[in-house]
Amino acid sequence: MSFLSIRELSVRLKGGPPLLRRVSLDVAAGEVRGLVGESGAGKSMIGKAVLGILPGSVEVTGGEIRLDGVDLLALPPAERRRRIGATAALIPQDPLTALNPSRRIGGQITDRLVDILGWERGRAEARARELLAEVQIPEPERVLRNYPHELSGGMRQRILIASAFAAEPKLIVADEPTTALDVTVQKQILKLIAGMQARHGTALLFVTHDLGVVSKVCQSLSVLYAGMVVEDARVRDFFAAPKHAYSAALLAATPKYTDPMASLTPVPDAVIEAVRAEVAAADRGGHG
Amino acid sequence: MQLLRVFLLRLVTTAVTLVGVAVIVFFVIRVVPGNPIAMMLPPGATEADVAALTALYGLDKPLPAQFLIWAGGVLQGDFGTSITTRQPVLGLVLGRLPATLELSVMALVMAVVIGGVAALTGTRRRGTRVEGAIDIANGMALSVPDFLWGLVLILLFGVLVPVFHISGRVTPSLELPFTTNFYLFESLIRLRFDLWLDIVSHMLMPALALAVPLAAIIGQLLKQSLKETMHLDYVTLARTKGYGENHVILREALRNAVLPTLTLVGVQFTFLIGGTVIIERLFSYEGLGNMAIDAVINRDLPLIQGIVILFAVIFTGVNLIVDLLYAALNPRLRHA
Ligand SMILES: Nc1ncnc2c1ncn2[C@@H]1O[C@H](COP(=O)(O)OP(=O)(O)OP(=O)(O)O)[C@@H](O)[C@H]1O
Ligand SMILES: [Mg+2]
Repeated sequence: MSFLSIRELSVRLKGGPPLLRRVSLDVAAGEVRGLVGESGAGKSMIGKAVLGILPGSVEVTGGEIRLDGVDLLALPPAERRRRIGATAALIPQDPLTALNPSRRIGGQITDRLVDILGWERGRAEARARELLAEVQIPEPERVLRNYPHELSGGMRQRILIASAFAAEPKLIVADEPTTALDVTVQKQILKLIAGMQARHGTALLFVTHDLGVVSKVCQSLSVLYAGMVVEDARVRDFFAAPKHAYSAALLAATPKYTDPMASLTPVPDAVIEAVRAEVAAADRGGHG
Repeated sequence: MQLLRVFLLRLVTTAVTLVGVAVIVFFVIRVVPGNPIAMMLPPGATEADVAALTALYGLDKPLPAQFLIWAGGVLQGDFGTSITTRQPVLGLVLGRLPATLELSVMALVMAVVIGGVAALTGTRRRGTRVEGAIDIANGMALSVPDFLWGLVLILLFGVLVPVFHISGRVTPSLELPFTTNFYLFESLIRLRFDLWLDIVSHMLMPALALAVPLAAIIGQLLKQSLKETMHLDYVTLARTKGYGENHVILREALRNAVLPTLTLVGVQFTFLIGGTVIIERLFSYEGLGNMAIDAVINRDLPLIQGIVILFAVIFTGVNLIVDLLYAALNPRLRHA
């Protein structure tokens, strides 16, 4: 059974237009699902909904988010937070802003283990050292006592990855975890995440713009347009033959690793118009 | 080491500042009309009497010479003799300093507590009526200066509902066993809670009057800063770990939000100390400020000079402490 199961999730700006339109998607235990779509399509919004960090300016208007079979939206807030903290984790986009500048690295890795999961401090610290070694950080002992500003962006992203895996979560949401990094480190970080995911058997919801990355690390993917899932497919099937015209156009607009210089076709206007009409039709369908 | 560098740099600028203050106060109070000697002699004193006394205090010499004599004394720890009381200025001023320090620090503590609670509550309840009410209270507190708050408090708690003392530092009939003038502090050390309570109930109203505007500034600024911090990525990340609102505000946001507030509070605290001059007068509180006003009325030049220099030392000291605190709280500076 899927560890994460989103059913018909609708989110809108309070008193405003819909941002997510009856989104359904599943991530099976240990599976990596890519979440792609153009900027503003709602990829991060889905991740935020799963992790219970939707901004105050939006509201959920319907649907379910089941984590390990339990509908998060039906839980009281404190219980929801605890459940998310204990079973899921986030690898954020920008490592430069995602660590608290006035707290040492060690505490930022062990806090969840101690405060939320009730581990003993010594055990949590040993776990942190072990994880830093696993993400290939030299001198873990020293780094644990460092403040974020003493470390490079790549190092900080490794730390955030270590922190995400610390409590052995069943699900990790990675929201464009490499876009804020130098091109030279991007590949290493991507490899690191894929390796950790495989070793720990964690389900991964991988938000990205990059279909090339999806083809390498994901088993399945959801293509999002204007808050609507237009295609949900196995990666192998998708790259062989995308079903939806929009996702086919998106694929055609992606540089090939085999031939990065080949001319790219931008998504044609006719395809955009067709998918917009589809979104409008779905909205008229009554839900929103 | 960053702290040491901050400290040494401050020592130099402090010395320059103090020299400047000494020069300015010395000459300015001598330009203002009013002869201290004539004021202290009984009516009917002769020209010769005035001349003799003027010479005694060295006020007959040319101004630059007077300044050099005074400055030379100051460098050796001799601030001259008060004209009205004929006692050494240093002793008088240091005798009053504890009263003013205790009042200022108590006001600061009250301002930090009131402002801090307002900011934290406003952040916790942001976007609700509670935050609106806090904003309105802050606005009111800010639009009225400390001495008017003093008058309001005197009317409310001295006249209308007389629950607190509104005059003096301690009930005069009480037997004081103190060896220093830090009454508030010493009564605690000696475990004389009866005296401590009496002293606190004397200080509460003047301290509150001084604290209200600063509390409003702290409340507004810290709340603003906290609310901005609450949107930052590391706060959001902490939420995904399972932490609730209170924890996130106190552990993730507060420390980072305090930094921008701290520098301004330092500056505002020196204003608060300046405010003690009028507030002490208003509440007949026997501190430096009250003494300063008497000294000005009596044209007691050496005493005015001594008090102003001391105030300048306190102000620069406060700024130094703020800079050190800032450096200590900010890991970026501590390890640079
Ligand atoms: N805090 C917010 N308040 C209101 N609307 C928001 C907020 N954050 C995002 N939105 C809106 O929600 C929609 C989806 O945003 P989201 O961040 O999920 O896009 P995305 O697919 O992650 O885009 P990107 O690739 O640029 O990260 C956008 O239209 C955006 O304007
Ligand atoms: Mg996004």
